[in-house]
Amino acid sequence: MTQNNRLTSGGRINRNRTVNFRFNGKPYKGFEGDTLASALIANGVSVTARSFKYHRPRGIVGQGVEEPASLVELEGSDASGNCPITTVKIHEGLGAKSVNCWPSPEFDLGGINQLFTKFLPAGFYYKTFKWPNWHMFEPSIRRAAGLAGAPAMPPAEGHFEARHAHAEVLIAGAGPAGLMAALIAGRSGKRVFLADEGTEAGGSLLSRNLTIDGLPAMRWVADTVAELTAMENVTHIQNATVWAYREHNLMIVNERQPNGKSVLERSWRVRADQVICATGAIERAMVFTNNDRPGSMMASAVQSYVNRYAALPGKKAVIFTNNNSAYAVAADMAAAGISIEAIVDSRKNVPSDVTGLVTGMKVLKGHVVTAAKGHKRVKSVVVSSISGNGSQTIKCDLIAQSGGWNPAVHLFSQSRGTLKFDEDIASFVPDVPAQPTLSVGAANGEMTLAQALSSGAEAGAQVSGGASTETPKTNDAPYAIEPLWRVEAKGPKGKAFLDIQNDVSVDDVHLALREGYTNVEHVKRYTTGGMGIDQGKTGNINIIGTVALQKGVDLQDVGTTTFRSPYTPVSFGAIGGLREESVLFPYRHTPITEWNHANGAFMYEAGARWRRPGYFPRKGESFQETVNREASTVREKVGVYDGSPLGTFELKGRDVGKFLDFIYTNVMSNLKPGNGRYGLMLSEDGLILDDGVTFRLDENRWMVSTSTGHADAMNMHMEELLQTEFPDWEVMITTVTSQWNNATICGPKARDVMEALGTDIDLSPENFKFMSLRDGTVGGIPARVVRVSFTGELSFEVNVAPRHMRELWQKVMEAGAQFGIEAIGSEANHVLRVEKGFLSLGHEVDGTADAYDLNMGWVMSKKKPDYLGKRSVALRRSSGKTRRELVGLLPEDPNRAIPEGAPLTPGGRKEATEGLTTACVWSVVQNRWVGLALLENGHARHGEIAHVRLKDGTIPAKITAPVFHDPAGELLRS
Amino acid sequence: MLRITCPYCGSRNESEFLFGGPVGTERPDPNTTSDADWIEYLTVKPNPLGPVQERWWHARGCGEWLTIWRDTRTHDIVEAPNDTE
Repeated sequence: MTQNNRLTSGGRINRNRTVNFRFNGKPYKGFEGDTLASALIANGVSVTARSFKYHRPRGIVGQGVEEPASLVELEGSDASGNCPITTVKIHEGLGAKSVNCWPSPEFDLGGINQLFTKFLPAGFYYKTFKWPNWHMFEPSIRRAAGLAGAPAMPPAEGHFEARHAHAEVLIAGAGPAGLMAALIAGRSGKRVFLADEGTEAGGSLLSRNLTIDGLPAMRWVADTVAELTAMENVTHIQNATVWAYREHNLMIVNERQPNGKSVLERSWRVRADQVICATGAIERAMVFTNNDRPGSMMASAVQSYVNRYAALPGKKAVIFTNNNSAYAVAADMAAAGISIEAIVDSRKNVPSDVTGLVTGMKVLKGHVVTAAKGHKRVKSVVVSSISGNGSQTIKCDLIAQSGGWNPAVHLFSQSRGTLKFDEDIASFVPDVPAQPTLSVGAANGEMTLAQALSSGAEAGAQVSGGASTETPKTNDAPYAIEPLWRVEAKGPKGKAFLDIQNDVSVDDVHLALREGYTNVEHVKRYTTGGMGIDQGKTGNINIIGTVALQKGVDLQDVGTTTFRSPYTPVSFGAIGGLREESVLFPYRHTPITEWNHANGAFMYEAGARWRRPGYFPRKGESFQETVNREASTVREKVGVYDGSPLGTFELKGRDVGKFLDFIYTNVMSNLKPGNGRYGLMLSEDGLILDDGVTFRLDENRWMVSTSTGHADAMNMHMEELLQTEFPDWEVMITTVTSQWNNATICGPKARDVMEALGTDIDLSPENFKFMSLRDGTVGGIPARVVRVSFTGELSFEVNVAPRHMRELWQKVMEAGAQFGIEAIGSEANHVLRVEKGFLSLGHEVDGTADAYDLNMGWVMSKKKPDYLGKRSVALRRSSGKTRRELVGLLPEDPNRAIPEGAPLTPGGRKEATEGLTTACVWSVVQNRWVGLALLENGHARHGEIAHVRLKDGTIPAKITAPVFHDPAGELLRS
Repeated sequence: MLRITCPYCGSRNESEFLFGGPVGTERPDPNTTSDADWIEYLTVKPNPLGPVQERWWHARGCGEWLTIWRDTRTHDIVEAPNDTE
């Protein structure tokens, strides 16, 4: 198909560069500079979409972000859903298809809904699909009303990125007002950030035939852009939408394809001292029957297609307006060869300023279009006087409508500035700002080019501390309007739409009001008017007008709905930028990661982004066989694991003992240097925050260890207390997790391995007791050796500086070889701790259990008058309520595993749970499955049978003490 | 995203801070206070429409815990109200 509707000359398109693209599977040609909308208009395509609810045929209505009717889904490497057809730039190979229709917008099976429109009023779904519940119907309704799906794959090439910027003046919009403000502020030396959503600067001037100082307005735009480009203090970006106005003058800007394909979108966060909103105005629709038919367009959009894109949206047109702006449009259309059949103006008196522009054309004053006729294309309009007399039919294939202009107050309103209704322009304008912001030009209700230029200049001067002298001469006609919120004259029956995108008609708003949804926010939600992807840019004020007419009040009293960001849709990719998980939270590795990989470790994350070996499988071993082998090695011989990720802090100062006594439940202050103690930390509400071991290094230095995953939270906890509650206590906290690495050697042969390594530390059990530490050398490396045990076996935790870790590890493996040493992973560690009944945060310590429930009443000091959480634990226990207590579980069938997390119910019956399984492992010492559980009154029920309830049956298990190995703890002290 | 002034680092983006919650009442003596007062202390936090005192931690900065007054209606960081110290 050739571009039959393309003018032979003119327009801001590059006729030397033909672009091939596909729309709904068919090939078309356009020119560089076209949008998908302008290229389709040039190709004479008029049905481009089907509507959301009724599947009515729809065409192109607008020319920019306001487009309410035609959304497309981009295909291939551009994959993206729900793009307004008017904002998609065409490029070679682009593929796009309409949303909301199948198989095509021309022939859409869902169109059958049109026959049932009577039965699909506002709130229909809510009222109808109530039984048994909405969620049963929701999926199929959502599918029927479906917009485009999310892209299935990430973009094939390119990436998203984020930038921060600081500006003295941020200007949103590079139309005449914004450019002028930027020029004046830039000349004064201010750091200016100018962002505009269009492909090129100029705003409305791109589409209008105006002059500035006697020259074409676009000449002025080009000169101004050139001057701004030369200023080092000005950043000027196009294809960049300022979509959010946040607190403290933070503006978020979405810039599309700043470097061609390599950067898909760039998200700017700009902190500005002063914001100037030069966001222009958006034309609103006229509300008459069948105002949604393809061929019914915004007048400004028609002007844009004719002037900017040299494309003709029709041959015979009727203009329907209530204001001055459509007259210049009519003149431009006529000049391009479109036959103007009539200008229908609802005003009885039309200013002579504008009638002079359309000499010789038929102007029907005091008349309205009551209905459009035609289905897939407008064929004619029915026109009558505003009171409904003298109906006549005028043949046409295009309606250019203008219901007036709404200042784009979105950003101003997002910043919490208030709005007021301005009678002169019959719309809402900025009133009282809440942040340092100025509105200029049409965004401030100043509707002519001359006003835009002078208000832009004034704002630019104001933010620069000067005064404006700029007063360019322009040829723009003055603006005047008499509002017409909807056509009331009776005409043919049918729907008159307020929100074309969501198929919300005047009847729907009337229904909402009748049913009691009288607040404008309720009207919006009940009818969904203004809730589409276009956010009601062409229709919202008409909804407010319709409500005001019906209620007999002023628009000011109806008010607007709340404007929220984003102003236009923003992709999730742009919002996320590079903050994808692996970048935002990089993995942490210990120095022996390479050794782990070389030795076949299966690595995964084990808290706080640490990559740790889960297990070291050998050829032919199953997972369970590997874990059993590793666990048995520790129980029978000796194993070693890398315990470096454990959170470690050094606390220094006179008051550390006092501080530890407050944050731990037990007494730490009486520890002797070189000795340590296990402790629990509670929050003030009595729940267990963390557990760990604390050592005293010398009089004023202590080492505190926390769970791997809780290290950051514990740091915050301790710092908060010290800085806010005890600012005069002398305690300094230093995180040393990454300053110490360790190899933990554990098992009956651990001491033999230590001796084989060679150390100057006396390892005898009498001189180096459990829960103490010694500094010395191990294998010639300076080391701090700590006797703690997380496995229940004799253990030596050999801590060294990270630079020595690999050497130490190598030496441990060599010295241990004769004893059969093996590296063990987290899985075996889990088995070993469950066999011993040691606690694990997130398993047994689940945010409900307290120390007594966990058989650890001994750790709750009776001597200390106060510590964090003491009062709350006492308070909770005094209620006498049944507690879930830690017990062991032995499944009656020793080969039956209990799924971790499985619930326990009385007798295994379908009743409220009385507990849950916190862990279950194959015990290498018991040679059977063993579990741990939190069970109601568990301590008193040892010996009884508990029942795990599963979907497909129950598992009876004997309740025992939660220790399956060395209950007396002799081994770990050995 | 707020701008928060750290006494050591100056005006910084909110993303450098972690929120520490509103400043509640002073911790009562747990050995003498009534159960009801203790529960009140634990559970009732100030949530006014207007200025509220709250704590922030400059976690990705100098590590300072600081206290500001923020107007919950406007997000403006304001001077302490006159009737407080």
